[in-house]
Amino acid sequence: MGNYIGQSVKRVEDKRFITGKGKYTDDLVLPAMTYAYIVRSPYAHAKINGVDISKAAAMDGVVKVYTGKDIADSGVGGVPCGWQVNFKNGETMKEPPHPILVANKVRHLGDGVAVVIAESIEIAKDAAELVEVDYDVLDSVAKVTDALKEGAPLVHEDVPGNVAFDWELGDKGATDAAMAGAHHVTTLDLVNQRVIPNAIEPRSAIGDFDGSKGKYTLYTSTQNPHLIRLLLSAFVLGLPEHKVHVVSYDVGGGFGSKIFHYIEEALVIWCSQRLGRPVKWTAERSESFMTDCHGRDHVTKAEMGFDSEGNVVGLRVKTLANLGAYLSTFAPAVPTYLYGTLLQGLYTTPAIHVDVTGVFSHTTAVDAYRGAGRPEATFLLERLMDTASRELNMDPTELRLKNFIPPFDGVEQEGYQTQVALQYDSGNYHGVLQKALDMIDYESLKKEQAEARSQGRLMGIGFSTYIEACGIAPSAVVGALGARAGLFESAQVRVQPTGKVSVYSGSHSHGQGHETTFAQVVADKFGIPLEDVEIVHGDSESVAFGMGTYGSRSLAVGGSAIVKSIEKVLEKGAKIAAHLLESTPEDLEYGEGKWTVKGTDKSIGFGDVSLTAYVPHNYPEGLEPGLDFSSFYDPANFTYPFGAHICVVEIDKETGKVEIKRFVACDDVGNVINPMIVDGQIHGGIAQGIGQALFEGAMYDEYGQLINGSYMDYTMPRADDLPMFEVDRQVTPCPHNPLGVKGAGEAGTIASTPAVVNAVMDALSPYGVKDLTMPLSPEKVWLAMQGEQ
Amino acid sequence: MNVPINVTVNGKSYSEEVSPRLLLVQFLRENLRLTGTHVGCDTSNCGACTILIDGKATKSCTLLAVQADGTEVKTIEGMSPDGNGTLHPLQEGFAEKHGLQCGFCTPGMIMAASDLLSHNSDPSESEIRHALEGNFCRCTGYHNIVKSIQYAAEKMKKEVSHG
Repeated sequence: MGNYIGQSVKRVEDKRFITGKGKYTDDLVLPAMTYAYIVRSPYAHAKINGVDISKAAAMDGVVKVYTGKDIADSGVGGVPCGWQVNFKNGETMKEPPHPILVANKVRHLGDGVAVVIAESIEIAKDAAELVEVDYDVLDSVAKVTDALKEGAPLVHEDVPGNVAFDWELGDKGATDAAMAGAHHVTTLDLVNQRVIPNAIEPRSAIGDFDGSKGKYTLYTSTQNPHLIRLLLSAFVLGLPEHKVHVVSYDVGGGFGSKIFHYIEEALVIWCSQRLGRPVKWTAERSESFMTDCHGRDHVTKAEMGFDSEGNVVGLRVKTLANLGAYLSTFAPAVPTYLYGTLLQGLYTTPAIHVDVTGVFSHTTAVDAYRGAGRPEATFLLERLMDTASRELNMDPTELRLKNFIPPFDGVEQEGYQTQVALQYDSGNYHGVLQKALDMIDYESLKKEQAEARSQGRLMGIGFSTYIEACGIAPSAVVGALGARAGLFESAQVRVQPTGKVSVYSGSHSHGQGHETTFAQVVADKFGIPLEDVEIVHGDSESVAFGMGTYGSRSLAVGGSAIVKSIEKVLEKGAKIAAHLLESTPEDLEYGEGKWTVKGTDKSIGFGDVSLTAYVPHNYPEGLEPGLDFSSFYDPANFTYPFGAHICVVEIDKETGKVEIKRFVACDDVGNVINPMIVDGQIHGGIAQGIGQALFEGAMYDEYGQLINGSYMDYTMPRADDLPMFEVDRQVTPCPHNPLGVKGAGEAGTIASTPAVVNAVMDALSPYGVKDLTMPLSPEKVWLAMQGEQ
Repeated sequence: MNVPINVTVNGKSYSEEVSPRLLLVQFLRENLRLTGTHVGCDTSNCGACTILIDGKATKSCTLLAVQADGTEVKTIEGMSPDGNGTLHPLQEGFAEKHGLQCGFCTPGMIMAASDLLSHNSDPSESEIRHALEGNFCRCTGYHNIVKSIQYAAEKMKKEVSHG
């Protein structure tokens, strides 16, 4: 521990946000800028017979109207998918085109048909009303189960049965045998409903083509500017990558939804290229609902087998995953490699088999949403565990403790090899559960519950113990699994002549506080004040390369890249210092901002060495001037955070309303650089997970209309829906990255949903209710109490 | 046809001609380039656009600029007590208690909380949560926002008793 690492340093980025000086994409106004408004399909599925733009194009102030046909005629295809999951029989994944604007057929509500570009957004909107699209409305399917029915309307004519891929993992024979021989099998038919990420900043993009330089600038609210640059250049528009500048200054929340390459990013560049003027598009909230990628949407049959002692003997899972109308950037990976591989959970289950079918429907594309696959896996396992404990008449904590993988540190003891391809890095699962039980005083809580029940009150206690995979990922491993990108990270550490340090990180912060956490690492490693370090991100011209932020990877992968560059700086610095001290690098030690000759008081400071590197008058022979290093870090493994969450609820018998009385979380995310920031990540994650459990869920009607596509209709947790959270941690360092960190961005969301649902089911146990489909609205809970599930 | 309005924003008076359909939030963001006030929805539900009109928290996306004629508007840019970079206790509270992550909802949260503290100097946790029910935050789970406002209330009480 140094001066900063491990301390709750206040965030350096806050000043601009609390004074209104944040720079979000929609805040930018460029000279001669035009405004784009997209004409979107009001139908889920329809053939386009024609688009008449004449009235719109003639309106005063309209610069241009383009249709899907214009884009197709320019030879531009669409946005690509970044992950390939082939069929079990080896057949290639079905990957229909995802056009920038649609020319012939719309496939989900909100599919873009035309774009109006005008001198103001008001004019663009007025003109959009005059664009006449002649549609033949076709039958559609929104639910995954409907999309798989015989004779269901096809989303893509060349994708039979609407199946994009099917996939399996684990030993089917061993699992079937284990289930057949089980003393008891707990079975649940689970729906992990579709949720909508709803970052509060709507997506926004500005395309700015400068013909005099042949240069394209895209300002966009993205989580990974360099990946967008790469996709725009290599796949979508065929732009020269060295002439493409992608800028993503402040981004108002992502939660996964801003990872992906969206059609609007390509559209504003394509339009700007033709008009020679900047083109800005900003989503209205209703567009966010219709076009930001959604999350989850699984229908699953899950069976867990136990022996007579309560040991888990097998797990069999069959999941139908709704992918929406098009394959978004990482969509195929989410219900497969980020889901099936996590079904070992924290348990020693000896036989596991998971079967997944990825299905198209006439809905918005589904992709990674905070947790991405791991919440679905955890929900399944933890619902099974609490349900089984009730069926086996065991305490849910006893059942878990009995089945936990024993502690291992990944150094003295090897990592844990699961039945589903992963090797866990380090873990102490008993530890986190025990600590959470102590935090909540479980023995007293049980008495309190018995007392409440005796008074006829519906109090419930729910558990969730989880593991997840972060720090995505070793490039060769994910490449073998179908990823079309490497998943390393890059960082440059530039020591300026005056000893101040600029760090250029390929990670991207959209609320995570990298500018503080990364600076804490750099300041401590160099032994310099935090104020002497500046973290630069989100600009493809400042930062050489990057893979961006998602999957709780920034510190584990991006931070490790920074550490590699720091080590290079210190190694070169030692050569310069040794020269100045008339010693050798081997005889020096570095600490508190200076190199000291071991066993002496002879030393030279970081600033003096930095200056010498740039004013190399008295300098080691043959050494290059300068003190500036870039590194790429490709992780050795995923990292595996884990933890235990406990939720206590009480249900109002009259209304069915669920009140969360307490929420306790003990998470182990490895070493912690900034406890305040980690706690904040956990809080926010818990809130989103509670949102899915109690409030949220996209609702499509039989016509494929998103009937709750606004904040008037889609319920998200508000301040008065939530309690204060009681969070604490255990620390089991990651053995394979230099900071020993695992990642904290998604843990809360992954863990909290099943804890809440389990608590509600526990509260409802006097009514014999085994399962209810999320969100657990007052109406649903009340009806269940009346025996009408 | 444009309509003349006179409005005071953050202590400075403006006489402008605006389109009758211009929303107040657009007037602030586009005409005055005060981009600290954000737009997060189109249904007055998210609260990212919350400002003070004559001291009362108001959603500026639901008001026309012409309706603000003759009023005194305060935005996040006007929260500094001396107008010179000193932080308001609420701004300080959000930084001290990690009441923000992405920062997008933060100006609206601060303005809503400012209204609350102007008529309730010692709010309970439940009163704070109730006062924020018009404002979404998707990052923090509200836990630290509540603490930030408690911090500010405490600090403002001390300032009053010392003042």
